[in-house]
Amino acid sequence: MKSPAIEIRQLVKSYQRGGESVPVLRHLDLDIAAGDFVALMGPSGSGKSTLLNLIAGIDKPDSGKLLVSGVDIAQLSEHALAHWRAQNVGFIFQFYNLMPVLTAFENVELPLLLTPLSASERREHVLTALQMVGLQDRMRHYPGELSGGQQQRVAIARAIITDPRIVVADEPTGDLDRSAADDILHLLTRLNKELGKTIVMVTHDPHAASFASHIQQLEKGLLVHAIPTH
Amino acid sequence: MAIPFSYTLRNLLARSVTTLLTAGGMGLVVFVFATVLMLEEGLKQTLVQTGSMDNVVAIRRAAQTEVQSAIDRTQAAIIENQPEIALDRSGQLLVSKETVVLINLKKRDSLAPANVMIRGVAPVGVVGLRPQVHIVEGRAFKPGSAEIITGRSVADRFQGAALGQRLRFAGREWTVVGVFESDKSGFESEVWGDAEQLMQSFRRPVYSSMVFKLRSESDFAILKARIESDPRLSVELKPEGLYYEDQSRLLANFIKYLGLTLSVIFSLGAVIGATITMYASVASRTAEIGTLRALGFTRSNVLWAFLFEALLLGGAGGLLGLGLASFMQFFTISTMNWQSFSELAFRFILTPSIGLKSMGFALIMGAVGGFLPSLRAARMNIVTALRSA
Ligand SMILES: Nc1ncnc2c1ncn2[C@@H]1O[C@H](COP(=O)(O)OP(=O)(O)O)[C@@H](O)[C@H]1O
Ligand SMILES: [Mg+2]
Repeated sequence: MKSPAIEIRQLVKSYQRGGESVPVLRHLDLDIAAGDFVALMGPSGSGKSTLLNLIAGIDKPDSGKLLVSGVDIAQLSEHALAHWRAQNVGFIFQFYNLMPVLTAFENVELPLLLTPLSASERREHVLTALQMVGLQDRMRHYPGELSGGQQQRVAIARAIITDPRIVVADEPTGDLDRSAADDILHLLTRLNKELGKTIVMVTHDPHAASFASHIQQLEKGLLVHAIPTH
Repeated sequence: MAIPFSYTLRNLLARSVTTLLTAGGMGLVVFVFATVLMLEEGLKQTLVQTGSMDNVVAIRRAAQTEVQSAIDRTQAAIIENQPEIALDRSGQLLVSKETVVLINLKKRDSLAPANVMIRGVAPVGVVGLRPQVHIVEGRAFKPGSAEIITGRSVADRFQGAALGQRLRFAGREWTVVGVFESDKSGFESEVWGDAEQLMQSFRRPVYSSMVFKLRSESDFAILKARIESDPRLSVELKPEGLYYEDQSRLLANFIKYLGLTLSVIFSLGAVIGATITMYASVASRTAEIGTLRALGFTRSNVLWAFLFEALLLGGAGGLLGLGLASFMQFFTISTMNWQSFSELAFRFILTPSIGLKSMGFALIMGAVGGFLPSLRAARMNIVTALRSA
């Protein structure tokens, strides 16, 4: 039995809309073991992104326990949470979210600017990460000069550059064609298998979900199925 | 600062037109600001350099200027005989009993009339007391003749004032036999001639002022106390440098306060421009801000990145404005000095201190303009910001 990387108990989250409180997650429980690759599926609006954002520490729950690597991140201050994210979470977004004015190299380097690493150490790390995603020869290119698939690979390099334990990905292939999507999914599988990253990926695409080790189905703010894929 | 400089700089460059317009707006304000200070500096230097600190000026007590002053011959003789007054090598007293009169001359290009100061001096008043005065064309006037010499800026700008030409005033024709310079000081806006000749022609029985050198500067206090308490005299002594500094104060302050008031009013516009630009910059980068925050950059990292961007805009404006203002150094302007009522020509002078003040002003405009937008960027909710993509 692997130790839980993420332990969620009675998680409640609602949003205010027009003066009304709209419940999104209702007393949700979830365990994700370290080294798992979990796909979060479910209809649009079911709360997948909300759950992912809470796990990644960019949103705060109304109540409940949110233990990530043993730390209850719901209790951390704004400032402490920012440091926690910098050290523990890698982000992959649907639209890559690279800084358009920075080169591939500089985009990957960005999270390292929050560490005490020297410029030459940072360079070494960035080159290794870019090599892993197969884009070392594109490091001087700006995002606008790269295809969607290439941009997402740069984003993956950025997500793993600080060697976080957890990588969260919200529809990482949602904006890509089939072959670029497969490249990304293979890369995520490698991060999971070779680097031992715990990955939580939101997707509505069953093909994408099939790359995961588990699938969690969310409906109206509650988990309805947990399907092991292998 | 965690968010790299290149991120800030390249974002400014990426929006080059907006950046240029915003920086240009601030640049114009800095131009006005710097120009005013340069004008004030030029005026001060022109007048302050006019006098020298080891000459003493005697004028009638309570007369602010030589123009309003009068010293009769009896009083002049008493002052002249004070033992503290220095002699030159030939044993002659270093005293110049002077008379100043304002006359109206026509400008060469516009024919507009303007007041010009005529100064009657003793020959020693030129060579012995004002070594900064150099005759650059022609020669000195001969004592006892209707000859005059004109200051550079009078010679250049007034009809009949150039070398060899004639000026008509006080019922006589006067021949310009020389043109002098004096380190761009106020004397260059004057016409000089023999004091006795001028007094006869203007039918003035009294001198306006006396200028003399002391054997030792340390004698000034004693001499001043003695002369100012002598019941036969009603004069006041001042170091010549101080006298001219006082002459410039009113006009310099007027220029300064008018200019600074204008600068502050204009700067409101420039600051609003910077605010609008920075709000637009924040709005167009909402998703980027959300991403930076997700990656672990703090609210204060974001605040500083945007504030720094605004400072950079201000700094660019400052350099632009100073660059423009530095060209003003090639111009000379003339205006009426209200204290002497005569026309005075002076230059814009850029000093390092003016440069620093102008850059400081520009950076403050940038910081003030960028503050609220930067605060908005720092306060964004991460999830909301990311959803805006
Ligand atoms: N910041 C927000 N403010 C208001 N409502 C939100 C916000 N984020 C999500 N919601 C609402 O919460 C519900 C779940 O959203 P989300 O987690 O994005 O769903 P999913 O990712 O499964 O499509 C939706 O009804 C959505 O409109
Ligand atoms: Mg979603």
